[in-house]
Amino acid sequence: MQVFQLLISGISQGCIYGLIALGFVLIYKATETVSFAQGELMMLGAFGGLACMTFLGFPFWLAVISAIGAMAVFGVLLERVVIRPILGQPAFSIVMLTIGIGYVARGLITMIPNIGTETHTLPVPYKDMIWKLGGDANGIGALVINIEQVVVIASTAMLCVLLFAMFRYSKLGIAMQASSQNQLAAYYMGIPVKRLNGLVWGLAAAVAAIAGLLLAPITFVHANMGFIGLKAFPAAVVGGFGSLPGAIVGGLIIGIVESLSGFYLPDGFKDTAAYIVVLVMLMVKPNGLFGEKLRKKV
Amino acid sequence: MRFIFKTDYGQDIKLAKHGGHVFWYSLLCAALVLAPWLVSEYLLAQLTFILIYGIVGVGLMLLAGFTGQFSIGHAAFFGVGAYTQAVLTGMGWPFPLALAAGAALSATVGVVVGLPALRVKGIYLGIATLSFGFIVEEVFARWESVTGGNAGKTVGQIKMFGWTADTGASFYFVCLVITVLATLAVVNLLRSHTGRAFVAIRDSEISAQSMGIHLAYYKTMSFAISAALAGIGGALYAHQIRFLSPDQFNIIQSIDLLLMVVIGGLGSIHGAFLGAIFLIGLPQAISAVKDFLPDAIGQAPGLKAVIYGAVLIAFVLFEPLGLYGRWLKIRTWFQLFPFYRKGLFKRQKSFQKSDRLK
Repeated sequence: MQVFQLLISGISQGCIYGLIALGFVLIYKATETVSFAQGELMMLGAFGGLACMTFLGFPFWLAVISAIGAMAVFGVLLERVVIRPILGQPAFSIVMLTIGIGYVARGLITMIPNIGTETHTLPVPYKDMIWKLGGDANGIGALVINIEQVVVIASTAMLCVLLFAMFRYSKLGIAMQASSQNQLAAYYMGIPVKRLNGLVWGLAAAVAAIAGLLLAPITFVHANMGFIGLKAFPAAVVGGFGSLPGAIVGGLIIGIVESLSGFYLPDGFKDTAAYIVVLVMLMVKPNGLFGEKLRKKV
Repeated sequence: MRFIFKTDYGQDIKLAKHGGHVFWYSLLCAALVLAPWLVSEYLLAQLTFILIYGIVGVGLMLLAGFTGQFSIGHAAFFGVGAYTQAVLTGMGWPFPLALAAGAALSATVGVVVGLPALRVKGIYLGIATLSFGFIVEEVFARWESVTGGNAGKTVGQIKMFGWTADTGASFYFVCLVITVLATLAVVNLLRSHTGRAFVAIRDSEISAQSMGIHLAYYKTMSFAISAALAGIGGALYAHQIRFLSPDQFNIIQSIDLLLMVVIGGLGSIHGAFLGAIFLIGLPQAISAVKDFLPDAIGQAPGLKAVIYGAVLIAFVLFEPLGLYGRWLKIRTWFQLFPFYRKGLFKRQKSFQKSDRLK
């Protein structure tokens, strides 16, 4: 029972990592740049949800949808205003740029008086609900499942199906695939590559917002919750940086390893487990589980 | 406008290219030597911090600006140097020996991290160093018998052979000497064939390899030297701040170090020092103007992060050559007055080169 308990909390945490990693991978596949601001986008999404629910008083579903929509628009604008002008510069400039965006986002949220420095709970309808499975008459030895964790896992699964369907069947998804495989060829085929890149940023920001809204009931909403994004890098690398299913699988692996090592290994291993896994992975199989072998053209 | 008439191949690799260099650098040296008598105690402490960060910056510049390998975990090397210094001087080792040991240990750690770096490129290297930084920070926090854990560790003054650096000025001179030596060593390295190999690797790994440069050897060497300089900086930092705790060497510190070289200007030694001045000077500038701003902005806790981020974004977007690039433009404007053209430093329009090959 203990193991199942750990596995479930690991999987739900892993889903969050996987969703953030999905954002990295989407952006990386489309534009070959890495966004270090993904964690902060997640934080902004959670704050957006909080603002909609508590200050504007929206009902739950409307709040969720408007937070995700707002973040998608924000992602598109971000790409248009700051990312596009330096496209074609060395990849590292964009990394520094996104680090700067992360700093500004975190700082601005902190600057909101009385709200930015506090931790908040997101008032979701499924807060603190618990399922008990099995166990004896007194409920001892039962498997206790938080509904919050179930919601995380279920929504991640649903989102994966949606994304899969989009990339497989919709015109937009196929165009995105084409431009990520070969931008120039896609451009010659009449695909508006620039506009697609903007949409990919929007999609990544929306996915980050979903991750934020899912994570918020489990932890809290606060300005530094974006640092969890740094744990999604290992997830993306373990899965192979260019693979969408890889991001989710990598996230699950990192989540499960973290939750098991937190219980079975001494203190301190829980926080570093993800990084140890990624270092081992980089030494053994640098392209990740699902990554393709890439060679650089001269 | 100055034209140098070259009559000798040796002139190409001379440290001081012309009389102007000799004059201005001598003036700078004189000003730095006289600084303890010219500025207040507080400013001198800030100047010492600038020198310490300058050493780390020069090391990181060698790695990021000249070899093209980015490390997002440099605070780990910085911390290794600081803790080694703290432990060894605590055991009564003289300062130079402890410093050398700290640098050597950092360099060894750098080689260990550099080894996976040979297999991975670009962003993977960044993530490898980032992961390594997190692991080292956790080690600092957990290895309580040596590092004192989260409770922290106090560090004494510099002692060597019966002499103690007990005033701010004497410590400043120790830092100044080490900074000058480190800078000269790096500048000298860069004009040798090793330095040219680094630059060749930065510009194109494949062409460097075709020219017979052993990539693994030079990349590891660059990592080791950079880590050793970070370790030396860390050792001096330990003596300056007198109290070490693991959170001084976290990811924020790593990003600050990176920010320092990017804002200073990648690919120039001047940039490392300009970046250090920026990194130390900005918090001072912020606290100076804070009182003139309305309370809602001036007293907000996130102000520093917003300004750092905004400055970083502005530099990447508008001045990719950093502070040093800005200085070059201003200097050229005066040299060519009134004939400066707008397009003189225009970035060449480049198209993104894909790493993918099917």
